[in-house]
Amino acid sequence: MELNIDIDKAYMPSEDVVAREVQGEFIIVPIASGIGDLEDEIFTLNETGRAIWGKLDGRRSLKDIARDLSFEFEGSPDEIEKDVIGLAKELLKKRMLVETQ
Amino acid sequence: MIIEPYIEKQDINKATLWKDAKPLLSRLDIELTERCNNNCIHCSINLPADDLAAKERELSTEEIKNILKQAVSLDCMAVRFTGGEPLLREDFEELYIFARKLGLKVLLFTNATLITQRLAELFSHIPPLEKIEVTVYGMKKSSYEAITRVNGSFEAAWEGINLLLKKRIPFVVKEALLPSNKEEIEAFEEWAATIPWMDSPPSYSMFFDLRGRRDGAKNQLIRSLRLSSAEGLRILTRRKDKYIKEMKQFCSKFMRPAADRLFSCGAGYGGCVDAYGNFQPCMMLRHPDTVYNLREGSLKDALTNFFPKIREIKATNPDYLQRCAKCFLKGLCEQCPAKSWMEHGTLDTPVEYFCEIAHTQAKFLGLVKDGERAWEVEDWRKRISEFVDKPEAGVTSV
Repeated sequence: MELNIDIDKAYMPSEDVVAREVQGEFIIVPIASGIGDLEDEIFTLNETGRAIWGKLDGRRSLKDIARDLSFEFEGSPDEIEKDVIGLAKELLKKRMLVETQ
Repeated sequence: MIIEPYIEKQDINKATLWKDAKPLLSRLDIELTERCNNNCIHCSINLPADDLAAKERELSTEEIKNILKQAVSLDCMAVRFTGGEPLLREDFEELYIFARKLGLKVLLFTNATLITQRLAELFSHIPPLEKIEVTVYGMKKSSYEAITRVNGSFEAAWEGINLLLKKRIPFVVKEALLPSNKEEIEAFEEWAATIPWMDSPPSYSMFFDLRGRRDGAKNQLIRSLRLSSAEGLRILTRRKDKYIKEMKQFCSKFMRPAADRLFSCGAGYGGCVDAYGNFQPCMMLRHPDTVYNLREGSLKDALTNFFPKIREIKATNPDYLQRCAKCFLKGLCEQCPAKSWMEHGTLDTPVEYFCEIAHTQAKFLGLVKDGERAWEVEDWRKRISEFVDKPEAGVTSV
């Protein structure tokens, strides 16, 4: 199923997951069923994902988040925007993210 | 184009997840209550479900929540709720949801008799992320209730199990092997194999522990229910090839004398909170000198200051030093400070029952000869390597 991501919209972590930083690893633990394929799975975010996740506050749009990140990280604005959209798509597909506006 | 995976699935049990050192506390065990709605003849802990004095002493909801929060702050990933029967706690649902919302996985040990439609729905909506472990006491009402001594417990357990099956809540079963059910082992395993989440044959408890609180009135009965070492070996070697393969792997890693060091296990690297807030270095060790009162301290203090000192305790009992300290079956033998405490009220007294079980297995594996005592064997390294390396080595008929 193709998920529609609107870069002008804001998203926030779903209440169905909990994000934790454990021993240098950023992990997402499902709370509600249907997040993972198996019952004993958790998820880890890479460095890029972690930086983006920290800004998904339900207030800033994906476009604003990409712009903020372009001040903090090296890389072209297009690449950073692609990363933000890429992660948002993955998170939405896994029901870890919800649209807020 | 290669797209970098922003997010990856991990099996926390298998993956090398931690970039840095392992967490101070990976998993915490909590005995929510010592009370149980069954009255099993072999149980080392159970108190009556309506024991109000015990109930009043138990940790409050808020105290348990505080302990869970402490565990999470130490990077703990999983909590085991056990008992007694943990579902007897009126606040079980609240504690379960609280733990899960902290990002903890929950491993539940239960007899399944108190699993209701509502609870099954909760587990379906908010999965524990660990398979529930259900102890089964028999395949027939007569055998089951001869152990639980509660009329109706058989039907209640099967109702609970069927709810888990219906809601597809992952669970595994295990059994306490006792006189009334030991002839049903084939039927039990045949049924267990139909449970979708059973990855391997069920495990059994059969070398029962005495009362952990040393309230010895039941101990004579428990002793009489223990399988003999020969019977135990017969059960352990039912799948002979698998048993030998596992023992070869085990012996190559864990068989050596431990000298006077009492704690060569994992005790104290994690621990178990009892129903009253005492943090024990393991689930079985309740010796008052080895437990830490969480009502007056913290998990972190126990793990960083108290348990390391406990782990340094040395054996002083001459009998232990003469036998257990020199015995290369140390890994195979269940002798440990907790068992010594339950049997003798000390940390370092040899427990003859476990010694006999270890020697019976070792004899079967060809590690000791008839009449030999393992602590007197000088060429134990050679014997282990012969057993581990040669496919046909050792192994006498059962």
